[in-house]
Amino acid sequence: MTKIVYKHIHLENSHTLAVYKSVGGYQALEKALTLSGDDIIDEVKRSGIRGRGGAGFPAGLKWSFIPKDDRAKYLVCNADEGEPGTCKDRDIMRYVPHQLIEGMVIAGYAVRAERGYIYIRGEFYREAERLQAAIDEAYAAGYLGNNVMGRGVRFDLAVHRGGGAYVCGEETGLIESLEGKKGQPRLKPPFPANIGLYGGPTVINNVETLTSVPDIILNGGAWYSALGVEKSSGTKVFAVSGHVNKPGNYEVELGIPLKVLLEEYAGGVRGGWDNLKGVIPGGASSPVFTKAVCETVTMDYDAIAKAGSMLGSGAVIVLDRSVCIVRAIARLSRFYRHESCGQCSPCREGTGWLSQIMQRIEQGKGVRGDIDLLLSVASNIQGKTICALGDAAAMPVAGAIRAFREEFEYHIEHGRCMVA
Amino acid sequence: MSELQKSSSGVPPRFSEEAMRQVGVIFQRYPAERRESAVMPVLHLAQREFGGWLSQEALDYVAEVVGMPPMRVYEVATFYTMYNLKPVGKYHVQVCTNISCWLCASDEIVRALQSRLQLSFGESSQDGRFTLSEVECLGACVNAPMMQINDDYHENLTPAKVSEIIDQLP
Ligand SMILES: Cc1cc2nc3c(=O)[nH]c(=O)nc-3n(C[C@H](O)[C@H](O)[C@H](O)COP(=O)(O)O)c2cc1C
Ligand code: SF4
Ligand code: FES
Repeated sequence: MTKIVYKHIHLENSHTLAVYKSVGGYQALEKALTLSGDDIIDEVKRSGIRGRGGAGFPAGLKWSFIPKDDRAKYLVCNADEGEPGTCKDRDIMRYVPHQLIEGMVIAGYAVRAERGYIYIRGEFYREAERLQAAIDEAYAAGYLGNNVMGRGVRFDLAVHRGGGAYVCGEETGLIESLEGKKGQPRLKPPFPANIGLYGGPTVINNVETLTSVPDIILNGGAWYSALGVEKSSGTKVFAVSGHVNKPGNYEVELGIPLKVLLEEYAGGVRGGWDNLKGVIPGGASSPVFTKAVCETVTMDYDAIAKAGSMLGSGAVIVLDRSVCIVRAIARLSRFYRHESCGQCSPCREGTGWLSQIMQRIEQGKGVRGDIDLLLSVASNIQGKTICALGDAAAMPVAGAIRAFREEFEYHIEHGRCMVA
Repeated sequence: MSELQKSSSGVPPRFSEEAMRQVGVIFQRYPAERRESAVMPVLHLAQREFGGWLSQEALDYVAEVVGMPPMRVYEVATFYTMYNLKPVGKYHVQVCTNISCWLCASDEIVRALQSRLQLSFGESSQDGRFTLSEVECLGACVNAPMMQINDDYHENLTPAKVSEIIDQLP
């Protein structure tokens, strides 16, 4: 299968400029600098690539929203990687930082941004060191700075470490944080493409999205769009964790059957396929699939949505039959409660309620009516908050009740778990 | 702000010359009129320089260096969990208990750490060597269970491996 973002990660010293250049690194940038910004945007549109950070918004379209006025523009790479289960960007940053940098210079040139930032979660200290070393190399070699490859183009790039707040992965929370404030998301509109960092037009993309750009430019948007399936073109890294024999990050073409991903790539479900209970297909905030759904669902944006969940960040969390679904979701609810920034009351109060009710059901102290209460709290959050963290907290609860209602009922009635 | 703790040393925190040079490098990353963007990296630097935590005096000093009102620096420092507002041990052991780690038996890792260090979550050892914290997903889920000690991740843990790692700390 074709690989793009991970194709070089197994080379020795793949993080160095020398190795990256030996496999054709920065040739895409050289080509890009002979094209116009609009040509590049068209090529990215043609590729059909959708954002790999969670929302799946078409990247080329996003770039085309940047107005052609004379305000200073910015490019921000979202390397916050905070959604539980997600750890795919880390391997890009530590193994092929130059491929990300190259993608960023191309994107910056396309939208006329002269400054870029990589906002990396603060705990990734070693990864930030790697990025910084690569940036230093790129400056020295003339791929960054005020005269990129001698073509009179300016692009400065810096790493900015976060401070351990999941909400800063939300693009406007991230911008606030980058401006030196608490990472509290902004009301949209205005969207960052118009008013973003320092009030200027700003493109924000995920690490994996930007790292795909060099190959799109080198091989063409049509080449990229032939990979994967319709409306879900290209490759995607799935971080497969939990109860499989070979957990890992696997880059595959979109549209692969989930069963193939688990059985052929991730070494199979622990204890065999029939020991599967369910799969959370796109990070902690995506509703869980039952085994029946896992038998047939394919891993692309539309198929997963049609089956009632989200492709999200591509974090595939596998649960075998030993798992108490109530306990698993209670853990996630605790996470969202902890990470709510507290700005909007449906989220601040609602995540508290969800966590508390999940906790009491888990501890055998649930009461009749708790399931309906959970569903009503969840629906009172969804769509009523400034950012999507509220939805992210509500969806897994509502989804788990949809898929495993009898386990919740058993827990409440018997004061203990059905599986253990 | 009630969360803030005063330093007990009585020595006002000051950056070394080398740290000041690093501050200069940080400032250059942002437009000159956007100096406040430097507050997070300068706080990270201050925490490393001043013994792993940020006293109120340290925050005031960062405010002075960055040129921001102290109140704004307090706001930032209290918002982000990585800024320690009270002293931590020489080794800050942070164990992930979120979903992927939990599925891979992080409960056993927690038990191993708690009994090895004789600490509950949020506690520090008397000798100042260890602080144990429970943390949310650290983005290493395919190598679960895992923990972070200071700057480094330790992945694919077993209780035996945990003991070994703790024993080998200088
Ligand atoms: C609570 C929350 C957390 C998020 N965390 C991340 C993250 O860690 N990394 C990321 O790339 N996007 C994250 N996102 C999505 C971003 O808001 C944004 O959609 C993304 O960075 C856009 O880049 P893309 O189009 O390339 O995916 C998060 C969104 C929400 C609501
Ligand atoms: S939805 Fe939650 S996290 Fe997002 S802005 Fe509102 S309170 Fe903050
Ligand atoms: S769940 Fe533990 S590192 Fe992600």
